Amino acid sequence: MTAINPNTPKKDSSPILSVRDLKVHFAIPGKGLFAPDRQLKAVDGVNFDLYPGETLGVVGESGCGKSTLGRAILQLIAPTEGKVAWLGKDIVGAPHREMQPLRRDLQIIFQDPLASLNPRMTIGEIIAEPLVTHKPELGKEEIKARVKRMMARVGLLPQMINRYPHEFSGGQCQRIGIARAMILEPKLIVCDEPVSALDVSIQAQIVNLLQELQREFDLSLIFISHDLSIVRHICHRIMVLYLGNVMELADRDSIYAAPKHPYTKALISAVPIPDPEIERNKERIVLTGDLPSPLSPPSGCVFRTRCPFAKDQCARETPKLEHVSSNQEVACHFHESI
Amino acid sequence: MMNKSEKTAMLEAAGAPDEIEGRSLWRDARIRLFRNKAAVGSMIVLGIITLLAIFAPLLSPYEYDQIDWGYIQEGPNWENGHIFGTDGNGRDLFIRVLYGARVSLAVGLLATAVSLAIGVTYGAVAGYFGGRIDNIMMRFVDILYSLPFMFFVIMLMVVFGRNIFLIFVALGAVEWLTMARIVRGQTLSLRRREFIEAAHATGVSNFKIIFRHIIPNVLGPVIVYMTLTIPQVILTESFLSFLGLGVQEPLTSWGVLISEGAKVIEASTWMLIYPAVFLALTLFCFNFIGDGLRDALDPKDR
Repeated sequence: MTAINPNTPKKDSSPILSVRDLKVHFAIPGKGLFAPDRQLKAVDGVNFDLYPGETLGVVGESGCGKSTLGRAILQLIAPTEGKVAWLGKDIVGAPHREMQPLRRDLQIIFQDPLASLNPRMTIGEIIAEPLVTHKPELGKEEIKARVKRMMARVGLLPQMINRYPHEFSGGQCQRIGIARAMILEPKLIVCDEPVSALDVSIQAQIVNLLQELQREFDLSLIFISHDLSIVRHICHRIMVLYLGNVMELADRDSIYAAPKHPYTKALISAVPIPDPEIERNKERIVLTGDLPSPLSPPSGCVFRTRCPFAKDQCARETPKLEHVSSNQEVACHFHESI
Repeated sequence: MMNKSEKTAMLEAAGAPDEIEGRSLWRDARIRLFRNKAAVGSMIVLGIITLLAIFAPLLSPYEYDQIDWGYIQEGPNWENGHIFGTDGNGRDLFIRVLYGARVSLAVGLLATAVSLAIGVTYGAVAGYFGGRIDNIMMRFVDILYSLPFMFFVIMLMVVFGRNIFLIFVALGAVEWLTMARIVRGQTLSLRRREFIEAAHATGVSNFKIIFRHIIPNVLGPVIVYMTLTIPQVILTESFLSFLGLGVQEPLTSWGVLISEGAKVIEASTWMLIYPAVFLALTLFCFNFIGDGLRDALDPKDR
């Protein structure tokens, strides 16, 4: 998978999605009867813009808040603070009546393809559900025709319309999930690790399908993953999350060629290169220790407990996301020296 | 990589034009259920008992409240048509057992239907919304649970008088509590599943999520519990009738007949044996069907 995403985002137009200082905190009941609740900061101040036709990759370890971020953008989890502006309009805390028409433009694809399909419904019913919800004026025949068209588009045989999810393989189930997300021709799809449950050859098919659909419908994607080679293949820009904080946000080419944050460096150096000569001789940054508990994140820079370059200043001051070039931002006090 | 038109052409060429019928989980379960001999046998026996109960008036020359002065408390006799014998008032036992079947089965089915309707909706709503709503709704269930059942029934009888509909209400009002708890537990584990989240993301209303996505998926354990509730209700009704709180004479139920038979067990055994055999047979059948359904609707989704 060396070919990269050929689709070009329309950077000159205004962003369709602007996220400003988004925070999602969960209250965890304290230990003991009268202990106060503790705050779990799953997402702690995230900023980014997304342009039409663009794919933003969100990478990070398990538990760094990737999925929570995706769901908070779609208002499936209520954000604690911050702004999510969809086409210029803040949708945080929007009442159901205002949110409902926006839902047709915002869709999600899940990690576990089978679990994301209701086992008691035929796939025709599953794919038709968004249509039935948002376009009740359509007749039965019209809905069925559209479902079949979409099934053919995502590479499923339209004759399978009356089958049930358990009769399909994982890759086919993921195609059903994509068909359900695409049937209303949305503007943004949050892909929550859409390929990590599939095997490698199927991964490539699904990723290519997403790219084709992106080109055809001018889709924006938020692609959550922990697989850096897939992210490199599909994403235009990449955001690196650590404990709910953005470590680095940059163009794909910049981030892979010249990662600035020590965490990004470590992640990228861990991607295997299919050439034993280079693989053997490359410099690898190995992180020690485990992810700290998000209930008590380190002071200052959240990454300092595992950072090989940590200094005193890192414990005192939280680094801000700064531009190092026009298309690369990094949150590290010492990004110039390391 | 194929382009789009090639792909569609291939898809069109690959399959027959008509749609393929899928095999739903319900159909799989039905096939597995019909492979279970005990369950199928039970369904046949239960079917026969139900048919006998429905067509009872056609099957005997006697009425259920008709007194045959010539044969008072006589044993089974094929020649005069009293094939199960007669009771202490000279009424034909065969027709009375069948009328008892009507009452017992009706109580069982209706009370279970009541408990199903209330329990499933209540449990699904409590489990789906969770949090404070769930807490309030389930504490209410706990309060009702703590009411002593017999006390509740006796109070109802005292206030409203003896009435067969009261028995339906009383039994249904008690049985839905367990149903609600089962459904709530299942719903709690379902509502975090991705397909529910997908429905949320699409903007499907809560009402539709509950009825289209949650209830069909909790129906498996509910059906199993239902087949085990029916015999329990029949048994409870028999117990109430045995205590004299059940149906009113001359109408009868299996509980009443067994109660009467038990009093004269030494003099006329047939008065106990026939209704008891019918009751036991019915209970066995429901339990076998329940077992068969539980195996067929294996909770693990395949």
